[in-house]
Amino acid sequence: MHEFPAAARILEIALEKAQENGADRATEIHLVMGDRCGYLFESLKLCFEAAAMGTACEKTELTVERIPAQLQCDRCGTRFVKKPFSFDCPKEGCGGSGIPTDTGREFYVKYIELSNDGSK
Amino acid sequence: MSTKVDIYENVLNQNERLAGEFNQKLSGDGVFFINILWSPGAGKTTCLLNLIPLLPQQSFVIEGDIESDIDTVKMRDSGIPAVQINTEGACHLETPQITSILPEFKEGFLFVENIGNLVCPAEFLIGEHIKLLIPTVVEGSDKPYKYPLAFEKADLILLNKIDLLPYVDFDIDYFSAGVRRLNPDAPILQVCGKTGQGFREAAEWILERSGKKYL
Repeated sequence: MHEFPAAARILEIALEKAQENGADRATEIHLVMGDRCGYLFESLKLCFEAAAMGTACEKTELTVERIPAQLQCDRCGTRFVKKPFSFDCPKEGCGGSGIPTDTGREFYVKYIELSNDGSK
Repeated sequence: MSTKVDIYENVLNQNERLAGEFNQKLSGDGVFFINILWSPGAGKTTCLLNLIPLLPQQSFVIEGDIESDIDTVKMRDSGIPAVQINTEGACHLETPQITSILPEFKEGFLFVENIGNLVCPAEFLIGEHIKLLIPTVVEGSDKPYKYPLAFEKADLILLNKIDLLPYVDFDIDYFSAGVRRLNPDAPILQVCGKTGQGFREAAEWILERSGKKYL
C-alpha cells in the first residue's frame, strides 16, 4: 500500500516519456534509491506490475541502483556511511555521533529505455 | 530500435509540489497547519482537546482514520469544528484528501490527525507547517531507535502519559539521547492528556512558531 502511489507516479512518468518520444513501449525504467528513502524496491516492483497492466509499460523491467546512507558527525563534521544499528563516528578518538544527511534519501527515475518494435 | 532517455525526476516531486502549493495558500490565509503523527492509542485526540482551548484563534481539525468517526464526534462534542477522512485501509493521508475536504477556513490553526502509523505519514508531506509527534511513556523508550524517520522530521515532540512514568520502565535519558541523534532542535515537552499538564508550554511554543503571537 505504501509503495503504490510511488509506483503509480513512476508509471505516469514513463508513459509520458514514451508518448513524447513516440515509442511503442518502455523496456526498462532505471531508479536511484537511497537506503533511507523509505521505500522497498521489491514491493515497488509488485505495485508497478499491477499498475502497469494493459499499458505500454506492461512488461517493463524496473532496475535500481542503491545509494548508501551517510551521516555527518556532530563533533568533527566527518561524513560517513551509516553502519547498521550505529550512529557512532568512525574517526578514532572522536566519540561523536552522526546526524542524518540527505545522502541516502534519493528516490528518482534516472533513465528510461524506450523501444519502437511496432507492437503498438 | 531502442532509445535511452535521461529523466532525473524525483518520484515524490508531484506530491511535494502539491503540498508546497497548499502550504503557501494556507500561509496566505493566515492558517498555521499542524500535522500530528503517532501510533494508535497514544492519545492524539485527547492531546488536541487539551491544546486547542489554549490557542488564541479558532481551530479546525481533520481526523484521519482507517474507519469510524469516533474522534470527529469527540471534537464536535467539545465545540471544535472537525471533519473525518476514512481511508478504508490506506496507511497515510495525501494532500488532495486534505484540500478536497477542508471547508473555507482562514486565520487560525488547522490540525490534521494523521493515520496512527509511524512509517508512511512521516514520508508524505501534506502541506503542513510543522509535524507534531505524540509518543508516550508506555511504549518503551527505544522508539527513536526503531522509527527514526518520524523523529528526524519532527518539529515538536509531546511525550504523553507522563503521569504513568512511576509505573513503567521508561528511560527518559535513553529516549532523549535517541531523539537528539536524529534531531538536534525539536523540543521534547512532557504532557499528560488526562490532567492537562504541560499543554500551556506546548501551546506557547506553537503560537510562537506560527508567528501569530505578535499579531
